[in-house]
Amino acid sequence: MKILTGNDLKTGAVVWWDGSGWSIHITEAADAGEEAEAILATEEAARRVNSAYAIDAEQTENGPRPAHIKDRVRALGPTVRPDLAVPAVKKVGWDWVI
Amino acid sequence: MYKYDHYDQAMVDARVEEFRDQARRRLEGKLTEDQFKPLRLQNGLYLQLHAYMLRVAIPYGTLSSMQMHALADIADKYDRGYGHFTTRQNIQYNWIKLEDAADILADLAKVEMHAIQTSGNCIRNISSDQYAGAAADEVVDPRPYAELLRQWSTFHPEFAYLPRKFKIAVIASEKDRAAMRLHDIGINIVKNDAGELGASFYVGGGMGRTPMIAPLIRDFVPLNQMVTYAEACLRVYNRHGRRDNKYKARIKILVHEMGAEEYARQVEEEFAHLLDQGVEPPFAELERIRSFFQPPEFGTGLTEKADRSDPDFALWIDRNCSPHKAPGYVSAAISLKPVGGIPGDATAAQMHLMAELAKGYSFDECRVTHAQNIILPHVEIGRLHELWTKLDEAGLGTANLDNIGDIIACPGLDYCSLANARSIPVSQKISERFASNGKGELLGELKLKISGCINACGHHHAGHIGILGVDRKGTENYQLLLGGSEAEDVSLAKITGPGFNEDGIVDAIETVADLYLERREDGERFLDTYRRLGMDPFKEALYG
Repeated sequence: MKILTGNDLKTGAVVWWDGSGWSIHITEAADAGEEAEAILATEEAARRVNSAYAIDAEQTENGPRPAHIKDRVRALGPTVRPDLAVPAVKKVGWDWVI
Repeated sequence: MYKYDHYDQAMVDARVEEFRDQARRRLEGKLTEDQFKPLRLQNGLYLQLHAYMLRVAIPYGTLSSMQMHALADIADKYDRGYGHFTTRQNIQYNWIKLEDAADILADLAKVEMHAIQTSGNCIRNISSDQYAGAAADEVVDPRPYAELLRQWSTFHPEFAYLPRKFKIAVIASEKDRAAMRLHDIGINIVKNDAGELGASFYVGGGMGRTPMIAPLIRDFVPLNQMVTYAEACLRVYNRHGRRDNKYKARIKILVHEMGAEEYARQVEEEFAHLLDQGVEPPFAELERIRSFFQPPEFGTGLTEKADRSDPDFALWIDRNCSPHKAPGYVSAAISLKPVGGIPGDATAAQMHLMAELAKGYSFDECRVTHAQNIILPHVEIGRLHELWTKLDEAGLGTANLDNIGDIIACPGLDYCSLANARSIPVSQKISERFASNGKGELLGELKLKISGCINACGHHHAGHIGILGVDRKGTENYQLLLGGSEAEDVSLAKITGPGFNEDGIVDAIETVADLYLERREDGERFLDTYRRLGMDPFKEALYG
């Protein structure tokens, strides 16, 4: 599956396309499929997201899991600061990153 | 310490307002990200893995207690309660909001700080010896010269868009505590046989994907021509440096490909031309700058011996204190490497405490080191125990300077968008392993440095033991390097062989450490034993 990620323009927070808007929860990421590039162009132009890009992911029972470790770290926060993790970590757990 | 004059303050204040307007236009959609990116980078604002990251310049690593308090306040008010001290003596905040960035710069400007030229292809923060002005072995305090170069290089129109970023270090002792020869320009201020001061110029060093040790380009430039000579070095680079290939754009590639001799010849030619052009600032300006770096009024008749009856305190003195030029004083290192901690990170509360201790024990001054620790440069020996007690109570009394627990680590894949592997968890595991097995202290001086990618912000090429994190088919893998040094015995580390996974690299470090303990001769550091034995026995121990 293809999912979309970027950063919130104002706060810089990592966000994921959930089908109608941008969520900080990777677990809510939607499959953008072949619409990925079109969605990215529209959302960037409307300043609803910054520096967005499409990535490969696999669907799991806990939601999408990005193919690359870099995006998995982005999804939860620094692995060395669990106190700063986004709430999604409670659903997927830190083992999900590695 | 240097104090801004009217012009300095006006320039920095104007820059804050300029950036405030740029950020506003970006937030209103009047600038695209492509248009805004170079503007924010010129003000140290990156977009990193999790959020915006702001890199704040700390010129030659020197901070007043007021400035350290301000850095702590920023961590509390705008970030998540901590900051990260870097290998270029700067501080980075990891969780900055774009809408706050101009306010942060305004807060910095109030304490004579900024983030200008902490990114981009320009001359970056000038780094120096963390013991400058205190070290028993220096010929002169190098910081006035670093400050002069800072003023020359800030907003220098000719060098705002160099082929690539440019880093300068200035020291003034035979011992190199600033990785001087691994900079684009390394300047060592020396005294000649006539007792005159001059600058030795080493040009074309660096780490990154193509590590190189800077060759000596000129052994003695009179100090009243130092800026002109630096200008000549930059001009030749700006003229011939490659702009067609980012990976070949650093000055080290130019000097290597052109040859140090030919590069030096062209610099001399340019220098001769520039000498008549009035590039050098008037001597009065250097004198004005020097006046800010007068030594503090040290006490006299002070005790030169500390009570060593507490073994933990005695160990801390041995490990973390350095000789001072004034009798009765030492420079004391505050390790930001507690066992299992994150190298270089300090909480706002710790920064406030260090600021208070700088004020109370070190003439209002502290320093950031390239090894990501903090120095209190001027501490009375008779007050050391009191100081250490306060540090220890706050978790800042770790006695591990330059040993295996004092690991340099870049932010790695936990924070950095360029990284391929995480550095911090590896450093934590190594630190914990050698604290729990009791070998850390036995090993003595052993500098271990970890980078999470080939860009080498963690200085892995210069580690007695270096670790480079790479991406191997989507998983983290760690290459082991041995034999590097950033000091006066500078050398580049060599890769041992195939890499290891996260746990395997920790075992591998213990394997090479054990071999050293078994084979070392009297007085040998790890590096000395490695140099005597060569790579083969270490390879044999690692791979069989």
